Amino acid sequence: MQEDEKYQKLKDIIQVYLPEDVSVSDIHPTSNFVTELNINSANLVDIVLDVEDAFNIRLENEDMDQMQTVEDALKIIDSKLS
Amino acid sequence: MNNKEILALLPYDEPFLFVDDLQEINNEGAKGSFHFKEQLDFYKGHFKDNPVTPGVILTECCAQIGLVCLGIYLIGDEDYDTSNILIGMSSSEMEFLQPVFPGEKVTVISKRIYYRFNKLKCEVKMYNEMNVIVCKGTLSGMLKGVKK
Repeated sequence: MQEDEKYQKLKDIIQVYLPEDVSVSDIHPTSNFVTELNINSANLVDIVLDVEDAFNIRLENEDMDQMQTVEDALKIIDSKLS
Repeated sequence: MNNKEILALLPYDEPFLFVDDLQEINNEGAKGSFHFKEQLDFYKGHFKDNPVTPGVILTECCAQIGLVCLGIYLIGDEDYDTSNILIGMSSSEMEFLQPVFPGEKVTVISKRIYYRFNKLKCEVKMYNEMNVIVCKGTLSGMLKGVKK
Protein backbone atom coordinates (compact mmCIF):
# COMPACT_ATOMS: atom_id res chain seq x y z
CA MET A 1 0.00 0.00 0.00
CA GLN A 2 1.30 3.45 -0.95
CA GLU A 3 1.91 6.07 1.76
CA ASP A 4 -0.71 8.45 0.39
CA GLU A 5 -3.19 5.63 0.21
CA LYS A 6 -2.59 4.86 3.90
CA TYR A 7 -2.92 8.53 4.77
CA GLN A 8 -6.22 8.77 2.92
CA LYS A 9 -7.51 5.62 4.59
CA LEU A 10 -6.57 7.03 8.00
CA LYS A 11 -8.19 10.38 7.21
CA ASP A 12 -11.42 8.60 6.25
CA ILE A 13 -11.45 6.93 9.65
CA ILE A 14 -10.63 10.11 11.60
CA GLN A 15 -13.30 12.08 9.75
CA VAL A 16 -16.10 10.05 11.34
CA TYR A 17 -15.06 11.11 14.83
CA LEU A 18 -14.36 14.79 14.25
CA PRO A 19 -16.45 17.15 16.38
CA GLU A 20 -18.73 19.56 14.54
CA ASP A 21 -16.32 22.49 14.81
CA VAL A 22 -13.47 20.67 13.06
CA SER A 23 -13.53 19.86 9.34
CA VAL A 24 -11.70 17.30 7.24
CA SER A 25 -9.52 20.05 5.78
CA ASP A 26 -8.17 20.65 9.31
CA ILE A 27 -6.53 17.22 9.29
CA HIS A 28 -2.77 17.48 8.60
CA PRO A 29 0.03 15.02 9.26
CA THR A 30 1.17 17.11 12.23
CA SER A 31 -2.32 17.48 13.73
CA ASN A 32 -2.59 16.44 17.35
CA PHE A 33 -5.68 14.28 17.82
CA VAL A 34 -6.67 15.70 21.19
CA THR A 35 -5.47 19.30 21.24
CA GLU A 36 -5.96 20.22 17.56
CA LEU A 37 -8.64 17.92 16.22
CA ASN A 38 -10.59 18.03 19.52
CA ILE A 39 -11.07 14.27 19.58
CA ASN A 40 -11.83 12.95 23.07
CA SER A 41 -10.18 9.91 24.59
CA ALA A 42 -13.25 7.70 24.04
CA ASN A 43 -13.34 8.51 20.33
CA LEU A 44 -9.58 8.09 20.05
CA VAL A 45 -10.10 4.48 21.14
CA ASP A 46 -12.72 4.10 18.38
CA ILE A 47 -10.22 5.45 15.84
CA VAL A 48 -7.62 2.92 17.00
CA LEU A 49 -10.12 0.06 16.75
CA ASP A 50 -11.14 1.17 13.25
CA VAL A 51 -7.47 1.44 12.24
CA GLU A 52 -6.91 -2.11 13.48
CA ASP A 53 -9.77 -3.38 11.33
CA ALA A 54 -8.89 -1.32 8.27
CA PHE A 55 -5.20 -2.30 8.25
CA ASN A 56 -5.60 -5.71 9.84
CA ILE A 57 -3.13 -4.96 12.64
CA ARG A 58 -3.27 -4.90 16.45
CA LEU A 59 -2.13 -2.01 18.59
CA GLU A 60 -0.89 -2.29 22.17
CA ASN A 61 -1.21 0.13 25.09
CA GLU A 62 2.28 1.53 24.38
CA ASP A 63 1.26 2.33 20.80
CA MET A 64 -1.80 4.16 22.08
CA ASP A 65 0.37 6.23 24.44
CA GLN A 66 2.67 7.22 21.57
CA MET A 67 -0.13 8.10 19.19
CA GLN A 68 -0.37 11.85 19.64
CA THR A 69 -0.52 13.07 16.04
CA VAL A 70 -1.74 11.80 12.67
CA GLU A 71 1.93 11.24 11.71
CA ASP A 72 2.46 9.14 14.84
CA ALA A 73 -0.48 6.99 13.81
CA LEU A 74 0.97 6.50 10.32
CA LYS A 75 4.34 5.51 11.79
CA ILE A 76 2.69 2.97 14.08
CA ILE A 77 0.68 1.56 11.16
CA ASP A 78 3.89 1.29 9.10
CA SER A 79 5.76 -0.48 11.89
CA LYS A 80 2.92 -2.98 12.34
CA LEU A 81 2.65 -3.66 8.62
CA SER A 82 6.35 -4.20 8.06
CA MET B 1 -12.79 -9.80 43.16
CA ASN B 2 -16.17 -10.95 44.52
CA ASN B 3 -19.58 -9.28 44.20
CA LYS B 4 -19.50 -7.74 47.68
CA GLU B 5 -16.09 -6.18 47.14
CA ILE B 6 -17.27 -4.62 43.89
CA LEU B 7 -20.39 -3.14 45.50
CA ALA B 8 -18.24 -1.65 48.25
CA LEU B 9 -16.03 0.06 45.65
CA LEU B 10 -18.88 1.72 43.74
CA PRO B 11 -18.29 5.47 43.79
CA TYR B 12 -22.00 6.29 44.33
CA ASP B 13 -24.23 6.92 47.29
CA GLU B 14 -27.87 7.74 47.93
CA PRO B 15 -29.74 9.34 46.28
CA PHE B 16 -27.76 8.30 43.21
CA LEU B 17 -26.88 4.69 43.88
CA PHE B 18 -28.87 2.38 41.62
CA VAL B 19 -27.42 -1.02 42.45
CA ASP B 20 -28.68 -3.26 45.29
CA ASP B 21 -27.24 -6.60 44.33
CA LEU B 22 -24.86 -8.27 41.95
CA GLN B 23 -25.76 -11.83 41.03
CA GLU B 24 -23.13 -12.61 38.44
CA ILE B 25 -19.91 -11.06 37.28
CA ASN B 26 -17.14 -12.33 35.05
CA ASN B 27 -14.90 -11.13 32.22
CA GLU B 28 -17.74 -11.19 29.73
CA GLY B 29 -20.51 -9.44 31.63
CA ALA B 30 -22.52 -8.66 34.75
CA LYS B 31 -25.98 -9.24 36.17
CA GLY B 32 -27.42 -7.16 38.97
CA SER B 33 -30.64 -5.77 40.36
CA PHE B 34 -32.19 -2.66 41.85
CA HIS B 35 -35.45 -1.95 43.63
CA PHE B 36 -36.98 1.43 42.70
CA LYS B 37 -38.48 2.36 46.05
CA GLU B 38 -41.68 4.39 46.05
CA GLN B 39 -40.12 7.12 48.19
CA LEU B 40 -37.46 8.04 45.60
CA ASP B 41 -37.43 11.80 45.24
CA PHE B 42 -37.76 12.11 41.46
CA TYR B 43 -41.18 10.42 41.48
CA LYS B 44 -42.59 13.65 42.98
CA GLY B 45 -41.89 15.46 39.73
CA HIS B 46 -41.75 12.77 37.00
CA PHE B 47 -44.54 13.02 36.27
CA LYS B 48 -46.86 15.26 38.34
CA ASP B 49 -49.42 12.88 39.95
CA ASN B 50 -48.25 10.08 37.66
CA PRO B 51 -44.92 8.69 38.87
CA VAL B 52 -42.84 6.81 36.29
CA THR B 53 -39.08 6.14 36.44
CA PRO B 54 -37.30 8.57 34.10
CA GLY B 55 -35.40 7.07 31.16
CA VAL B 56 -32.20 8.77 32.26
CA ILE B 57 -32.46 7.00 35.60
CA LEU B 58 -33.01 3.64 33.88
CA THR B 59 -29.94 4.40 31.76
CA GLU B 60 -27.98 5.28 34.89
CA CYS B 61 -29.07 2.05 36.56
CA CYS B 62 -27.94 0.08 33.48
CA ALA B 63 -24.64 1.96 33.50
CA GLN B 64 -23.94 1.45 37.21
CA ILE B 65 -24.62 -2.29 37.05
CA GLY B 66 -23.60 -3.10 33.50
CA LEU B 67 -20.70 -0.77 32.92
CA VAL B 68 -19.25 0.38 36.24
CA CYS B 69 -19.51 -2.88 38.22
CA LEU B 70 -18.07 -4.76 35.27
CA GLY B 71 -15.39 -2.09 34.80
CA ILE B 72 -14.30 -2.31 38.44
CA TYR B 73 -14.10 -6.08 38.09
CA LEU B 74 -11.98 -5.82 34.93
CA ILE B 75 -9.72 -3.14 36.39
CA GLY B 76 -9.28 -5.19 39.57
CA ASP B 77 -8.07 -8.02 37.39
CA GLU B 78 -5.33 -5.82 35.95
CA ASP B 79 -3.70 -5.04 39.28
CA TYR B 80 -4.93 -1.48 39.51
CA ASP B 81 -5.71 0.32 42.72
CA THR B 82 -9.47 -0.18 42.74
CA SER B 83 -10.11 2.41 45.46
CA ASN B 84 -9.03 5.11 43.05
CA ILE B 85 -10.89 4.70 39.75
CA LEU B 86 -11.98 7.52 37.49
CA ILE B 87 -15.15 6.82 35.56
CA GLY B 88 -16.97 8.69 32.83
CA MET B 89 -19.80 7.64 30.55
CA SER B 90 -18.81 8.47 26.99
CA SER B 91 -21.85 7.39 25.00
CA SER B 92 -25.29 5.89 25.43
CA GLU B 93 -27.81 4.67 22.95
CA MET B 94 -30.93 3.34 24.61
CA GLU B 95 -34.41 2.21 23.66
CA PHE B 96 -37.18 2.29 26.26
CA LEU B 97 -39.82 -0.36 25.71
CA GLN B 98 -41.91 -0.51 28.91
CA PRO B 99 -42.53 1.88 31.81
CA VAL B 100 -41.00 1.15 35.23
CA PHE B 101 -43.31 2.24 38.04
CA PRO B 102 -42.45 3.04 41.68
CA GLY B 103 -41.88 -0.12 43.70
CA GLU B 104 -40.66 -2.25 40.80
CA LYS B 105 -37.53 -4.33 40.98
CA VAL B 106 -35.40 -4.55 37.84
CA THR B 107 -32.58 -6.80 36.72
CA VAL B 108 -29.82 -5.58 34.42
CA ILE B 109 -27.76 -7.91 32.28
CA SER B 110 -24.73 -6.57 30.44
CA LYS B 111 -22.48 -8.19 27.88
CA ARG B 112 -19.06 -6.84 27.10
CA ILE B 113 -18.59 -5.77 23.47
CA TYR B 114 -15.00 -4.72 24.09
CA TYR B 115 -12.70 -3.43 26.80
CA ARG B 116 -9.61 -1.87 25.32
CA PHE B 117 -7.40 1.13 26.05
CA ASN B 118 -9.50 1.95 29.16
CA LYS B 119 -12.74 2.05 27.21
CA LEU B 120 -15.50 -0.40 28.07
CA LYS B 121 -18.39 -0.82 25.66
CA CYS B 122 -21.34 -3.02 26.63
CA GLU B 123 -24.69 -4.16 25.43
CA VAL B 124 -27.21 -3.79 28.27
CA LYS B 125 -30.72 -5.09 28.84
CA MET B 126 -33.06 -4.38 31.75
CA TYR B 127 -35.90 -6.72 32.73
CA ASN B 128 -38.80 -6.25 35.17
CA GLU B 129 -40.05 -8.85 37.64
CA MET B 130 -42.22 -10.44 34.97
CA ASN B 131 -39.00 -10.97 33.00
CA VAL B 132 -40.22 -8.54 30.33
CA ILE B 133 -37.53 -6.39 28.77
CA VAL B 134 -38.04 -2.72 29.72
CA CYS B 135 -35.04 -1.11 28.06
CA LYS B 136 -31.95 -2.05 26.09
CA GLY B 137 -29.04 -0.41 24.41
CA THR B 138 -25.34 0.17 24.14
CA LEU B 139 -23.30 2.07 26.70
CA SER B 140 -19.65 2.99 26.78
CA GLY B 141 -17.43 4.60 29.33
CA MET B 142 -13.83 5.40 30.09
CA LEU B 143 -12.30 3.84 33.18
CA LYS B 144 -9.01 4.97 34.48
CA GLY B 145 -7.24 3.10 37.21
CA VAL B 146 -4.06 4.05 39.01
CA LYS B 147 -1.40 1.34 39.06
CA LYS B 148 -0.82 -0.16 42.50
